[in-house]
Amino acid sequence: MAHRYFPHTQADIDAMLERCGVTSPEQLYDDVPQELRLKNGYALPSALTEKEVRDYFNSLGAKNTPLTCFAGGGFYHRYTPSVIPAILSRSEFLTSYTPYQPEISQGTLQYIFEYQSMMTELTGLDVSNASMYDGATATAEAMMMSVAATRKRDTVLVSSTLNPKVLDVVKTYARYHRINLEMIESEGGVTSLGDMKGKLAASKVAGVILPQPNYFGIIEDLTGFAEAIHEAGALMIMNCIPADLAVLRTPGEWGADIAAGDAQSLGMPLAYGGPYLGFLCCTKALIRKMPGRIVGATEDINGNRTFVLTLQAREQHIRRDKATSNICSNQGLMALHTAVYLSLLGPKGLREVCTASADGAHYLADRLQATGKMQLKYPDKPFLNEFLMVCRFNVEDLLRVCIENEILAGIKVSDNEILIAVTEMQSRKDIDRLIDIVSTTNFPQL
Amino acid sequence: MNKEYYGKLIYELSRPGRKGADIPSNGCGESISSIPASLLRAEEPELPQVDEPTVVRHYTNMSNNNFGVDTGFYPLGSCTMKYNPKINEEMAAHPAFASLHPAAPASTVQGALEAYWTLQEALAEIGGMAAFTLNPFAGAHGELTGLMVIRAYHDSRGDDKRTKVIVPDSAHGTNPASAAVAGLKVVEVKSLPDGTVDVDALAALLDDTVAAVMMTNPNTAGLFESNVAKIADMVHAAGGLMYYDGANLNPMLGIARPGDMGFDVMHINLHKTFSTPHGGGGPGSGPVGVRAGLEQFLPNPKVVKLDDGTFDIVSGDEALGSISATLGNFGVQLRALSYILSLGKEGLAEAGKLATLNANYIKESLRDLYKLPIDRVCKHEFVFDGLADKSTGVTTLNVAKRLLDYGFHAPTIYFPLLFHESLMIEPTETESKETLDSFIDAMRAIAKEAAENPEMVKNAPHTTPVRRPDDTAAALNPVVKWNDLKAQAK
Repeated sequence: MAHRYFPHTQADIDAMLERCGVTSPEQLYDDVPQELRLKNGYALPSALTEKEVRDYFNSLGAKNTPLTCFAGGGFYHRYTPSVIPAILSRSEFLTSYTPYQPEISQGTLQYIFEYQSMMTELTGLDVSNASMYDGATATAEAMMMSVAATRKRDTVLVSSTLNPKVLDVVKTYARYHRINLEMIESEGGVTSLGDMKGKLAASKVAGVILPQPNYFGIIEDLTGFAEAIHEAGALMIMNCIPADLAVLRTPGEWGADIAAGDAQSLGMPLAYGGPYLGFLCCTKALIRKMPGRIVGATEDINGNRTFVLTLQAREQHIRRDKATSNICSNQGLMALHTAVYLSLLGPKGLREVCTASADGAHYLADRLQATGKMQLKYPDKPFLNEFLMVCRFNVEDLLRVCIENEILAGIKVSDNEILIAVTEMQSRKDIDRLIDIVSTTNFPQL
Repeated sequence: MNKEYYGKLIYELSRPGRKGADIPSNGCGESISSIPASLLRAEEPELPQVDEPTVVRHYTNMSNNNFGVDTGFYPLGSCTMKYNPKINEEMAAHPAFASLHPAAPASTVQGALEAYWTLQEALAEIGGMAAFTLNPFAGAHGELTGLMVIRAYHDSRGDDKRTKVIVPDSAHGTNPASAAVAGLKVVEVKSLPDGTVDVDALAALLDDTVAAVMMTNPNTAGLFESNVAKIADMVHAAGGLMYYDGANLNPMLGIARPGDMGFDVMHINLHKTFSTPHGGGGPGSGPVGVRAGLEQFLPNPKVVKLDDGTFDIVSGDEALGSISATLGNFGVQLRALSYILSLGKEGLAEAGKLATLNANYIKESLRDLYKLPIDRVCKHEFVFDGLADKSTGVTTLNVAKRLLDYGFHAPTIYFPLLFHESLMIEPTETESKETLDSFIDAMRAIAKEAAENPEMVKNAPHTTPVRRPDDTAAALNPVVKWNDLKAQAK
């Protein structure tokens, strides 16, 4: 049976078998005991033609409901310029392996170097690695990094305003890696400085994880946090939404040692959860504690500026059981996605993405409040493009009516609370439609 | 691949005032002034300012200095660099999936959930397992998840002594690292001279502290571990579980399933066996499967099919927790599903056999010139211990670099750690006899060059865009961003 992916003719196979001194490919499996063999083949369908595969995916796609998206929670519907898929489909990038052979991988190494440069600019920190899986695992890695960098400390504090999806992953890693996690209480929707100070005094803390903006969309005022954390000998870790760092005070400016998070907000398609990219940046002092790959510049034998994977002695495949991380890859192609996105937008374009999103969000929040049916839970706290609303009705009712109108209204936080995000993708008309649904629908009151 | 070096950075093309994208405006008024200045950054980030054509030409020129599977042959052991079908790319970018938010209600993403469920069921059939999660983002992430499943299982029985993971010395470097991150202690078991696990040495390590034994089969020397069923019985008798590192699953397609070999937990690298592109280092995907009785420990969230034929997302109390904020690298999962449908059950079985045939063909064609430390039929890959003639001083590294001049990617080198000059070759099933023959010719030519002109081979590569970069200088004084380069220039 010849399949279009296999080049072998029967004559090829016969010649190759002869070289191997056997008469059938099956003979190459004589060392697989009969009792372990698969007897009747897989219970799977036979091959589909390319057209049938396409028809199948079209039929699956038709079972999804396209919605105008006001959901965020760390992942935002952003515009992806056409240049990005065009560049990412360059198969020299797409089908390449990890750049272990720098002589034939300068393309990959160079875009990672550019990516690292851009992420350090956004975060205001000295060093970025070549990227991690996603924002949640990058934050968990930052936690493990703080434990590895501070001796004999096994407690990490986490703000209770951190995105719960990220927290779930951090908790899992902490439990298995035997790190003691303690939650810092929130006060009025933001991390309590007093509670953090108390907990820093009570135990030997390796690191403190603080979100910016936090899960409720609030931009936290972290004045005094870095001083208290560093005084206690711990590291300050910030979980950030990188697009917002076009305008927000950077982790570097706040005094953070490590920044981590998901770079999906930098123009990546939502794609039902991935692939996205986790970023991890740190101060120069921590570079040798950082997990994952790092690309550095050097010279080749002809004096050309050349890019290589560097500081590889840190990496798990060298350290084996001494490793404090097991990450062995990065999100290479998504690092290219990020580099191309930030190249196209530049500082002004990224700022416009932030401001257009924030403008839409503030407009929407004001008008939703004006309906008298919902109000901001934390009205005195600053926010960019996402906010938490308290409703006088059940959030499920709103979500249902909106879906009937092809709108995803947000993320349910509790029976009467909904998190709503706006980006540059929703037009004024889209926003007004949501406002209209809220004001004209007669929701049963809670 | 273009042999002329491009080498510019996008920052060097930046001019103030240029832009490469326009942003939709919603005319909703201004809001940033409502945010206190103390919460805003002092200066704008230094990002490049470049127009669209310049961006496109820059990255296109960079891509010309890159080698990929579409460029040429990648005999990279344990990496399964097979052809990445184009239809998979189109299906992964399908507009009906591209704008689905991961928090969208299940009722609005039925097609996406059906795709996820269909793939997890197909992988369960291929792995001989009861259930799969597709959430792990990569092979190493799958290993970590699988070891967490194993710990959750032992914990659920109150068996908290089990802290030891036994790993063969031929294992992938991620195995011990994943065990360490999962809070387990690693004990290495030696291999026999023939490259397989020393069953007696393993037996001596089995006690009531063993959580699991991690194996890959075929192992990293490309050898099928024929004793696997016996090993599984011993490990199970000692109360431990068997973990299958699926990095080397490709040659077993259609032949034997890890579940039938006695493995309890496994991961699969979709970017190896199931043809999804490596993307210069990712995104990958490392689904984890378990045998019946362990399903409840798989991570949250989980996708289930309900009695009415619809799909839902659920979380269970006995799950090990979450290892991802979403259902994983969904786009990679779509590619793998497209691949499985394209090959069908017969094509999958054919792939395994052809991969094995290709590997043995190269081995038999070069064994007179390269040292073959283990003379057995191999599966998808095999290991040479450098050149047969050790008198030339030409190392495995030199051979690997010289191959670049011949237009091939290098094999995996200095791994497995079983031999000093390991040169590990895995051709995959999608390479033609002509390609293998030209690779064999190049390897033979290099052996000849090593004998006649060893200095030339030692100084390779000669024709690549850059040559022999100074790694020591890079590590001594890390220059890791544009600003470091600018500072260095001053």
